[in-house]
This record gives sequence, structure tokens and C-alpha cells, in this order.
Amino acid sequence: MARVIEMPKLSDTMEEGGIANWLKKEGEKINEGEPLVEIETDKATQEYESPEEGVVLKILVQPGKTVALRTPIAVVGDAGETYDLGALTGGAAKSATAAAAPLAAPQVSQKAPAKPATPTVQAQPVGGGRVKASPLARKVAAELGVDVSQIVGTGPAGRVVLRDIEQSAAGVATPVAALSKPSVPQPAAPVPAASTVGATVTPVSMMRKTIAKRLTAAKNEAPHFYLTVSANVAKLETWRQSLNDAAAKANAKGGSLAKVSVNDVVILAVARALRHHPQVNASWQGETIVHHGEAHIAVAVALPEGLVTPVIRRADVLGVREIAAAARDLATKAKDGLLSNDAFTGGTFTISNLGMFGVEEFTAIINPPQAAILAVGAATPTPWVDEQERLVVQQRMKMTLSCDHRVVDGATGAKFLQTLVSYLEDPMQMLV
Amino acid sequence: MALIQFREAIGQAMAEEMARDDRIFLMGEEVAQYNGAYKVSKGLLEQFGPRRVWDSPISEAGFAGLGIGAAMVGLRPIIEMMTWNFGIQGFDQIVNHAAKMCYMSGGQFNVPIVFRGPNGAAHMLGSQHSQSFDAMLTNVPGMKVISPSTPYDAKGLLKAAIRDNNPVIFLESEMMYGLKGEVPDGEYVIPIGVGDIKRPGEHVTIIAWNKMLHVAMAAAEQLAASGISAEVLDPRTLQPLDEELIFTSVRKTHRLVIVDEGWDFAATSAQISDRVQKECFDDLDAPVVRVNSLFVPMPYAEDLEHAVLPTAERVVQAVKDVMYVD
Repeated sequence: MARVIEMPKLSDTMEEGGIANWLKKEGEKINEGEPLVEIETDKATQEYESPEEGVVLKILVQPGKTVALRTPIAVVGDAGETYDLGALTGGAAKSATAAAAPLAAPQVSQKAPAKPATPTVQAQPVGGGRVKASPLARKVAAELGVDVSQIVGTGPAGRVVLRDIEQSAAGVATPVAALSKPSVPQPAAPVPAASTVGATVTPVSMMRKTIAKRLTAAKNEAPHFYLTVSANVAKLETWRQSLNDAAAKANAKGGSLAKVSVNDVVILAVARALRHHPQVNASWQGETIVHHGEAHIAVAVALPEGLVTPVIRRADVLGVREIAAAARDLATKAKDGLLSNDAFTGGTFTISNLGMFGVEEFTAIINPPQAAILAVGAATPTPWVDEQERLVVQQRMKMTLSCDHRVVDGATGAKFLQTLVSYLEDPMQMLV
Repeated sequence: MALIQFREAIGQAMAEEMARDDRIFLMGEEVAQYNGAYKVSKGLLEQFGPRRVWDSPISEAGFAGLGIGAAMVGLRPIIEMMTWNFGIQGFDQIVNHAAKMCYMSGGQFNVPIVFRGPNGAAHMLGSQHSQSFDAMLTNVPGMKVISPSTPYDAKGLLKAAIRDNNPVIFLESEMMYGLKGEVPDGEYVIPIGVGDIKRPGEHVTIIAWNKMLHVAMAAAEQLAASGISAEVLDPRTLQPLDEELIFTSVRKTHRLVIVDEGWDFAATSAQISDRVQKECFDDLDAPVVRVNSLFVPMPYAEDLEHAVLPTAERVVQAVKDVMYVD
């Protein structure tokens, strides 16, 4: 009997998914648990294993298209079977509201839950990848030369409506006077640039949309405050140098010890400091605040298409070489797009380091629901008045802690930074 | 400008027209000696005498037919139905004779007659006395149907109806007879078939008439508080409909909600919705949404009656649906 495969929810924050690539063609046989399709989520591209066994009868969403969760994407059944697509998808096509309802994230290999017949839900016409758009949206898109199929709709069941076209076209000068009138009361679209000479228009990727949504929410919801300190990194550099000399010797004899970067030591020091300051290793949960027993450090990694924050687990009990190896592994895999969604979940604190670009200091936006993020600048020779009140030049590194004031108070954050600075200025302290 | 009640506006229109043209007479149950069941014809018997203000027997079919015959031979009757719930007794006369006489006689007989009275639900009058007949009456070719919402519109349109040489149905409301509004002192006539923007707006068009207009205005006020600017359009005449005004508004706002006291199936709002989807297809950013009475005989219980009739809350929700906002 023909069954519909729906766009699965592959991560907690996923609200829609893109078809990257079909691994089976129409007419091909597929076993339950066999990879069927590569799906682009807001975080990664990953294989989705078929929850059904049979023959791929129909592919409903073509590669490159993005659809809302639970939108039918394929039909699987018996070879040569005839089926009524409308009847199959009628009950399954949920409104966007229904799709947005909280759902337990199913295991990727888990069988799709049985679809209850929901006669009260109006059947949406779901054809082979047909884009749903209001007539007005289509007309305005045609006038502006916007490809409706490249736009993710915000109307019911992913319908593309006027505001989606307007938002897509925002930033490009438009001759249509009618568009300057906001048709829906909402934050005003960015004022179109005065000149479009040399401008390029790029559809917003899933990753950028997620960044936009989560960071805007973080700035809107979490009252940020910022604490800046600097640390003398002379001893840290000496220690790091000796570690790397040792690694070079061992590796010359066939070893494979990871080189330790300044950032690896920062991760180590932060994780150890968090053990002593669980108030900072915390999450805002609305009704409750969780103080985490373990430190899982999310590390910001810049990719050409945007920012990701893979997590180093239990950094508080790892040695600095283990941290170095884990950080290298995550960064490489992130750049190759090989990380699964699991690699991005469960962080309790985030570190963002722009020191390698020569940035001296900056502030970062908190990665919710975490309570704090550390922005690390470059170590630079700095004039400094030492304990004897002599003016000296020290290699110093500035760090700014952004805190969610709902969870962390000023003195709490300051005490954490005191410990962190003491660890960075004298790494032997971490052995105490 | 005088601030007068809806019932006074209708009374003034009849008195002024009767004074202007002595072929006009009023007939209906209790219209003369009792001054009308709702005091709409107050003072007319005294002013014009019993030859022009007639108390009829309780027989809508009889006095509707009598009026049609009088109209065919040169008089200009106004027939009052105490309510249109009783008026359906006279539907055979209205639909089979008044509406078709000019056509079937090859233009030999005009039927210049007005059938007027309250339409729709009042308050807790039960299933048989709470019905809206707009859709049934507009569905018949050969008649005009007017359904005003303010004293000003009622007076100007009733005068136009009385002067029209064809049958005109004039729908009022018990609930609006006490409604006060400004009416100019001098004479004015509002042409049949011309709608009116009762509240200009930008984001959505709400079409409503008769007492639903006031539900729509209340909804528009609530919506304004949340930043949504609703344009409220009163067609005033349902047959013929001012389609150009409707299309122009929808082409501006791109969204349409229609508030209609009639049952939803084959309602007047359904006709408007059909015309808009045909003529404004490429201008619509959302499906047209209608807010109608629920498809049940009207319950007597007050809370159930409230649940059946369109409310400002339902209109606000419908507008939010077509605006794609929560």
C-alpha cells in the first residue's frame, strides 16, 4: 500500500528542510533504514533513512526546494501500484501552525509515526514540488523578477505571500511604488539601497535564516551586559611552546600529538573555571534556571556560508591535548559539512575567538539558552603598569564576557573572570 | 444637520415623498392607527388621511398582491412588512408577479412599488422571527434590493426607491430603529447601486451592510489598536451591487473579509466573494474570508443566539487570518 514520506524534524530548531539530493530514483527499491534522501536543515546536510520499505513511487519535492516540516516529500509503495496522491497527502498536509507545534525529534532511523486521518484539516493541493503562492505574490514576484520557488513562504502550509516577496526584494531598489507601502504592520523592511549598480542578490540560506532568527531572539530576549578583562599570556605562551616542542619531538618519532593553540588553552581554562562557577555555566529556561554539572564548550567556527558552533563535550575533564584534537576534528568536519546535528546541541557555554584576525576586543551575542559567551581578542604587546608600578610591555589578551542578566549578575560574572584570568596568567593554577 | 433616529429617517422619507406625489400610499399591518409596529409611520395617518395610509388585514400575500395591482394601474405603493419573516407569506406575489410583470408583459406594465420592513435577527425572537432574506431576494432578477446601515443612507435611499419605476425591496432592522445619526435638513436622494466607504483603510477591506456594518466598524476599531488599518465598505444596495467600488478597494488592500448576517451557504457574501476572486484574482494575497451566521435555525437562548450571529471578535480573527498574523 502506498505511504507518504514527510519532511522529518531532524533537529530541535528545524522548522523547514531543503532537499539536497535524492539517493533513490523513482522506481527504485528501498529497504527500511536505507538512506533515501539528503536533507539540508538549518544546521547541516544529513542523510535521512527511509522509514518505509518498498519502491519509490513518486518524488514530490525536487532537489533545491525547501518545504515546511511534515510536508509530503515522496510516496513509497509496491511496484506498479496505483494510488491517489490527493487522498494520500490530503490528510497529511498540515498547516504551518500544526507543523510548528512542538514535536519530539524523532530518531533519524525511527519509523515515521502513523498519520492520523484528520478530516478537519483542509487538504492542501500538493503536487510534484508545486510552489504555493498567493496570486498577488506571484504577480509582484514576476514584476520584480523574483523567483517564487526560491522563497520560503510564511503563510499557511508554506504559502508564499506578499510580505515574503517584499522581504526578499528588500535591499534592492524597486521601481514599484506600491511596495514601499508596508502591507502588513511589522518592522519596516530595510530601506532599499540608493544604487543597485554592481549589487548582487542572494537568497537567504537556511543557515543564515537560523542565525538571523536565533541571534535576533537572543538580543531581544536576553538582557546582555558586558565585562572586559585582560590577561598576561607570557607564561601561557611558554607553557604552550614547551607542549608543542614536545609534540614536535614525539611526532618526529612517529607520534601524532595535536599542536596546542592559544584558543585550546582558553577552552581548557574556561571549562576548568566553569567548574568553580556553575552559576555562569547555566541556562535560562523561562520558569527555571539550570546550573549544569558538566561543561560542554561550544566553539564558534566561521564557514563561508555562516557561523556554526560545534560542541566539545566534557571539556572540563579533558586534557589540553584532547581539547586541541577535538577542536581540530570539529573544525575540519564543520568545513567539510560532515557534522551531524548532534555535534551542535547541548553546549553550556560558548567561546568566540577573533584573535587570529588581529581583533583586539569585541562583544558577542549570547547563544541561547546559554547564559554567557566569551569573546576573545588577539594577544598584543601592551604597555602595562605592573605590581611595582613600573611601566612595562606585556603580551596581553583582552576578553569580554557577555552575560544574560536574567541568570548571571555582575559580581558573579566578575568572579568567574578572576578565576579565568588567574588560570591563563599561570596555567599551573589549573593543576591545583 | 439634525440628529434623528433610523425610524424617523424612514418616516421622513415617506412623508416627504407622499407630500411630493399623491400617487404614493402606504399599506401594511398596523401602519395607520397604531402608527406602525415600530412607530416608523408615526403621524402619517394624521398628515395624509385614511385613503393614503391603510391598515391591512393580516395577509401578506393579499396586500402584497393588492399593491402590485395598484402599481400596475398607475399608483406608487409602499408596502410595509411588519418583518420580512412575515413577508415570506407574500413571496409568490413578490417573486412571481412584481419581479416579472414588466418582462412578461413586454414592457406594458411597470411595477413601481417598494416592499419595506425589518430583516434579520432582533433579539431572542426564536428561529421563525430571526432570519435574513438578503440572499433569497437578491437571487431574483427583476427587483432591486437595498439594505442601509445609517439613518442618512436609509432616508436618501428610500426616497430613491420610492421614485424608482421598478419593484424595490428595502431591508431595515428592528435593532437599528433607535440608532441615531445625522441627516441634512434639506432634500437629498442617494442613488441606488452606489456603495460607500464608511471607514478608509489600507491593509484589509471589510464589506458589511445593515446592522453588520456596525459589527464591522467595531472590529475595525479593535484592529486599529493592533496597528491594522481596515477599510470598511458598505455596499448599501445589494442588487445591483457596486462592484467597481469593491474591486477598487480590494485592489488597494489585497485582502477581503465579508460580514454577512445570512447563512453562509449561497449567501450574498458568497456572491461577492465569487465576483472578487474572478475580477481581482491577481490582486489577492489571501483567500476571501466570510463571516456569516452559523448554518442552524436561530436558537432562542441568548448565549446561543450570540454564538450564531457574526461578532466583532469573529471579524477580528478573520482579518488576522487574511493578514497572516496571530
